Amino acid sequence: MLHTFVAYVEDLPGVLTRVASLFRRLNININSLTVGRSEREGLSRLTLVCEASAEAGHRIRASLFKLENVVDVDDIAQAPAVTRELALIKVAASAQNRSQIFDLVDVFRARIVDLTSESLMIELTGVESKIEGLIEILREADTKILELCRSGKMTMRRGHHTSSVLKAMGAQPEGDAEEYDAPGKATRKGKAIELE
Amino acid sequence: MGSEAKSQASNAHLTTPTRLTGAEILWATLVGEGVTDVFGYPGGAILPAYDALRKFPIRHVLVRHEQGAAHMADGYARASGKVGVAVATSGPGATNLVTGIATAMLDSIPMVCITGNVSSKVLGTDAFQEVDITGVTLPVTKHNFLVSRAEDLAAALRHAFQIARSGRPGPVLVDITKDAQQATAIFDFEAAKPRPYRPHPMLSVKESGLEQAAQLIREAKRPVILAGHGVIESCAMEQVRTLAERAEIPVGLTLLGLGGFPASHPLNLGMMGMHGEAWVNHAIQEADLLIACGMRFDDRVTGSTSTYALKAKKIHIEVDPAEINKNIKADVALVGDLAEVLEQLLPRISGRDGSAWLKTIASMKGEVAVRDIKNLPDSGHLYAAHVMHDLWRITGGDAIVVTDVGQHQMWEAQYFHHEKPRTLITSGGLGTMGFALPAAIGAKMACRDKEVWVIAGDGGFQMTAAELATIVQEKIKINIAIINNGYLGMVRQWQEFFYERNYEATPLVSPDFVKLADAHGIAARAVHTRGEVEDAVNEARSTPGPFLLNFMVEKEDSVYPMIPAGNALHEMIRRPGRDPLEERADDR
Ligand SMILES: Cc1ncc(C[n+]2csc(CCOP(=O)(O)OP(=O)(O)O)c2C)c(N)n1
Ligand SMILES: [Mg+2]
Repeated sequence: MLHTFVAYVEDLPGVLTRVASLFRRLNININSLTVGRSEREGLSRLTLVCEASAEAGHRIRASLFKLENVVDVDDIAQAPAVTRELALIKVAASAQNRSQIFDLVDVFRARIVDLTSESLMIELTGVESKIEGLIEILREADTKILELCRSGKMTMRRGHHTSSVLKAMGAQPEGDAEEYDAPGKATRKGKAIELE
Repeated sequence: MGSEAKSQASNAHLTTPTRLTGAEILWATLVGEGVTDVFGYPGGAILPAYDALRKFPIRHVLVRHEQGAAHMADGYARASGKVGVAVATSGPGATNLVTGIATAMLDSIPMVCITGNVSSKVLGTDAFQEVDITGVTLPVTKHNFLVSRAEDLAAALRHAFQIARSGRPGPVLVDITKDAQQATAIFDFEAAKPRPYRPHPMLSVKESGLEQAAQLIREAKRPVILAGHGVIESCAMEQVRTLAERAEIPVGLTLLGLGGFPASHPLNLGMMGMHGEAWVNHAIQEADLLIACGMRFDDRVTGSTSTYALKAKKIHIEVDPAEINKNIKADVALVGDLAEVLEQLLPRISGRDGSAWLKTIASMKGEVAVRDIKNLPDSGHLYAAHVMHDLWRITGGDAIVVTDVGQHQMWEAQYFHHEKPRTLITSGGLGTMGFALPAAIGAKMACRDKEVWVIAGDGGFQMTAAELATIVQEKIKINIAIINNGYLGMVRQWQEFFYERNYEATPLVSPDFVKLADAHGIAARAVHTRGEVEDAVNEARSTPGPFLLNFMVEKEDSVYPMIPAGNALHEMIRRPGRDPLEERADDR
């Protein structure tokens, strides 16, 4: 199954190697990995997506926690969460076919962020299927994709009561009770309204 | 400087912030962490540190190979429970440590390795003797540090000690660039204190889990306690014993658990697993409840996991959450420090009658019985088992025994009965040949008044035999028993059983070990028959200096029982026919 781990790690040299090395050792391919600053001083937040057995999730999370520079780990699994990816797509476009691409960009609620006489750059954020959809449509429309750059997924649990927020506030993380009998199963208190 | 003056000078550093060189900070921090002995080998990149060493009350043991330094630090830690320290220079010095670090990692041994590195300005340029040792050791350390500024050194070192000894212990490496050793900084030991230890967030011992465990124990008809290395690391000997006695539950031990529960205790079943006694493995396969205490269901212990203890519910008490459900699924997981968990569990356990199950196991013992070697008519042959048995008998089982890896290691585990923790020191997880001699030096350094025996094969001994000179230089009294069978015996045994006796690359020519010892100025003696064993052992023990005994044992003997790798725990190979080693149950 697809696992999504969200981790807070210390913003120090070599930390990413330690995280990546753990997956290398298990011979697990990392599908996507995004890292950047978080709301917590000195801590980076990363979202790591990989394919591994359902049971592996517990052990990977436990092993991540064993890394000295890892402060918090959440296995999002099937929990309600918002996942987004950013794509920059540079396509060949001349005055003749530009307007056709503009229409597509509109439909996908993407943006044109750069334009030259022979090419333009599209910026698109969304779920994976949305990004794949635009790429597919562009290809079908015989648009030449010159460059494609995708950020990889960023994931955040929906609702207020995420384990990391709770922990940051000094409370016990929820979902702890299931830690050992239902690995990967996550619950959430409160009702969430799906906004997107 | 006298050692008293030395310690006063360094103690002043510990209380008053002082400007020191990085090299001085290194030793001052070690002194502050309670280090009194280190094992190392100098070289260019660590030379500033060596230059400052004489100002500090630390004894340095000069090894003959850095692998030896790591094993000595490891043996020191295993014998004493303190953090062992090894020191090496950059490049080849550092890479020579790697086997020793991995050995400590796989057996969860607290150790700090200090390496020098090239100056920070040339890091990453393939400078002379530069190797990316933090990169190389990343997967075999619990954590490592690269320090390139003198002002970061004390904090990194103190953090390293905290990591090494906390939670599930393990080795930590601190790589220090040469310029960081040479530069100066204000040394403030107190300020360099690491942040409070953060226990693994997934530790979890819940009321409900404890209640469930207690209920399983109350209801079990055929329970077995599996005691591992964690019993010793967590100092849970008393608690395990109380649990076993109160609920009348027999105890099987892993190789690294030996000594964690007294061998002479009526509830002790002995070692389980690949070369475990038949009745222990049968008991596990027949059990309806396994209480795993500080062990990780290693493949050498379980055999095939798909056929392992299928009738049993499993309670897994373990400090490392990553071990839960890794090899064997737990029905109840109590994730925390073993001694603490058992303290919480014990009040829920009341007297339980286990006599029926114990009787069943005893009858299994009757059938398969221990191989008695005591009452054998002397056939003129010397068996390794004889040596182990006699060593145990003569030393009263009170010595620290440090074994190497191979057949002799398993015979030791079978025939030398350990009553107390930290009396058997052996490389279990990595199975590192060459471990015994250097680890024994470390053990002796940690426990100066203990009798220490090395038991090594003719193969493994030669891997680190250079450390004989270390013993002489450091005037260390240890006794060495080489179990000389002319083979890489354990591999030969596999070839005999699984490769049609194709003895490729296992017959082994060795030097005359007695002469080798002699060349070092170490007294030695060869032993060919059983009749000579007692006298030889006594001579070794009563000689003030180190002593080497070269036991010329039966060449093609095998370790029984044996569970072929990947077989079920009950599918073991037994000793064929009525071998010279007769079986009798009363040999304890
Ligand atoms: C460093 C290392 N290399 C190879 C092995 C594989 N190995 C395991 S036991 C063994 C034979 C050991 O021979 P010896 O030291 O003579 O002991 P014996 O088995 O004969 O008692 C070997 C080669 C190992 N464990 N460690
Ligand atoms: Mg041998």
